[in-house]
Amino acid sequence: MPIPQYSANTRPRVAVHKFTSCDGCQLAFLNLGEDLLTLTGLVDIVHFAEAGPMAPDAEVDVAFVEGSVSTPDEIERIAHIRARSRYLVAIGACATAGGLQSLRNVADGAQWIADVYASPEHIRSLAASTPLSGHVRVDLELWGCPVSGRQVVAAVRALLFGVAPAVSGDSVCMECKRSGTTCVLVAHGAPCMGPVTRTGCGAICPRFGRDCYACYGPAETVNTDALTQRLQGLGLAPVEIAQRFRSINGAAPAFARASARSRGEGAS
Amino acid sequence: MSTGRTLDINLPVLARVEGEGALDLTVRDGRVQEVRLRIFEPPRLFEKFLEGRGYAEVPDLVARICGICPVAYQMSAVHAIEQVFGVDPGPWARAMRRLFYCGEWIESHALHIHLLAAPDFLGYPSAPAMAADHAGAVRRGLALQALGNELIALLGGRSVHPVGACVGGFHRAPAQEEAARMLERLREAVALAESLVAWTAGLPLPGTRQAFTSVSLRHPGEYPMNEGRLVSDRGLDIDIADFEQRFAERQVAHSTALHCLLDGGDYLVGPLARLNLNFDRLPPAVQAAARATGIEWPSANVFHGIVARAVEIHYAVLEAIRLLEAFSVPDAARVPVVPRPGVGFGCTEAPRGALWHRYELDAAGRVVRARIVPPTSQNQARIEADLRAALSAEVLARDDDAIRAYCETVIRNYDPCISCATHFLDLRVDRSP
Repeated sequence: MPIPQYSANTRPRVAVHKFTSCDGCQLAFLNLGEDLLTLTGLVDIVHFAEAGPMAPDAEVDVAFVEGSVSTPDEIERIAHIRARSRYLVAIGACATAGGLQSLRNVADGAQWIADVYASPEHIRSLAASTPLSGHVRVDLELWGCPVSGRQVVAAVRALLFGVAPAVSGDSVCMECKRSGTTCVLVAHGAPCMGPVTRTGCGAICPRFGRDCYACYGPAETVNTDALTQRLQGLGLAPVEIAQRFRSINGAAPAFARASARSRGEGAS
Repeated sequence: MSTGRTLDINLPVLARVEGEGALDLTVRDGRVQEVRLRIFEPPRLFEKFLEGRGYAEVPDLVARICGICPVAYQMSAVHAIEQVFGVDPGPWARAMRRLFYCGEWIESHALHIHLLAAPDFLGYPSAPAMAADHAGAVRRGLALQALGNELIALLGGRSVHPVGACVGGFHRAPAQEEAARMLERLREAVALAESLVAWTAGLPLPGTRQAFTSVSLRHPGEYPMNEGRLVSDRGLDIDIADFEQRFAERQVAHSTALHCLLDGGDYLVGPLARLNLNFDRLPPAVQAAARATGIEWPSANVFHGIVARAVEIHYAVLEAIRLLEAFSVPDAARVPVVPRPGVGFGCTEAPRGALWHRYELDAAGRVVRARIVPPTSQNQARIEADLRAALSAEVLARDDDAIRAYCETVIRNYDPCISCATHFLDLRVDRSP
């Protein structure tokens, strides 16, 4: 997908859409403070239901999409949005990996629905919650639960300049080392997911003296086996290790594989 | 236009609310035949995947039910789990949880007042559009929202899905300098918060009066946040553990969220209900500013909800100042926790009203069963009742667009959080055509 080019006198048209989610990633825009007013001066936000503008069918230059695909309607909607957007950005763990609700993908989904609903035959919910990339071409993925204002503004700014936004694939470990944060895994034996988790959060969990729980998804190159061994060494049971991987980004392939391996060991 | 009209209004997606909802309105012969606030937010089955998870994960997982009020979910959860374990996190953590909650009230209320609700009363499609003529007001709102977010981040590292709260207290105590800086920022915001109260009361709010039941927590000495008994202005006064004896959820065909009813009737939770029931718990300065608006509290005008939000921002700023003035770095930010099996309840005042949790845990502290009743499912029946009352002959005589806009204004006034409303276990839905 070529990066959209803008002339000085045309403002790029931007849409923000919501799928299955908690609304938290849209707050990356709504929590910008004064910058929100600056942003609305630089781009033309044509659709953003939570903020007011409603034009779900509008053609746009950039569409930011929050949430996972979890209903038949959403399969149609994402195709509809893709067809009308020059550049599509998936924002947050739900949109990039299926989100926490993807935990149902490995459970007996039909049984869960039957446990919850009196009339399961009327539930129009898919068996699996999946990322946008499982359905349409995605031009950029911004990982994180939630994504930050810094991430979305950096993406907008890069696109305004007509260049592809740069996204770091480093691990949280790298960020801890750079910031001189004490390693909670080494120093306190905390079951930290930092070695396999993508940075972007500012390594807030280790800075708060606690274990990272992988809310930014897998880093670019990860060695989940090494971390699994380390967690075993800390005394975590196989099912607990599986749960460490099978969480907010549990359906991301690297984490799903690591979780399945631990689960398999637990069963044997 | 005659009042004997026939009208079908459909708002396929409600703008400026959190989550996905819609409204169907049927009018026959000038009478409202049907009002249906349809919630079609896809269910995410939270209570199911909490099963089998360790207690320590619960605050991080339930936060993800709602990006706008994650603190509320974390607070109701840690209180319930601590009740199971018989843990008292002590006065420092208690004070800091209140401070944490002040942050969320300021952030969430400021967002609702300025970005979601006020454009209705001033006749703009959105806050950025409103900013062209009301720049000062919008800037004040954004500044207060940012202040609330900073307060949450002080204790939680970030404002959306913060990472600081845990069973037993907090993972980390702020440094003395961080607390001092925050205190300065809060002191600077007192005047902003005070002026916001007057500004909201000066909005051209509809002057309707309705009979409704207010429900909130009530605490012996404080304006309620984390603790108290559940009370109403119609005589309810129960322990939070007895919630299920008086509150029941009814299935409605058009919503993926149940309608929660008190003794079979609709009721109001949220800022106006809290204020109506706890005005005497506010400090004199907040009471004085609230009275200076000329509004008589308790109020039977649901549109005073936006003023109640501003009053609660004023209160939260002063309360946060009080808590931070007494702040000192503790020896430990949390107490040790030893799991034991049992059932525990947590009910705290989310920005939108009482948020009730029940957890059954096993001997290792893993979740056996969880139940969550969020404020928006409690307000749903009230919103529909309000719409029926609001659609008077005078309103129905307006043109379709005006009626549509008025319905949206009524709904938004409740600050419904639809993302929250769909995620409980006992959800029943029938989507037959």
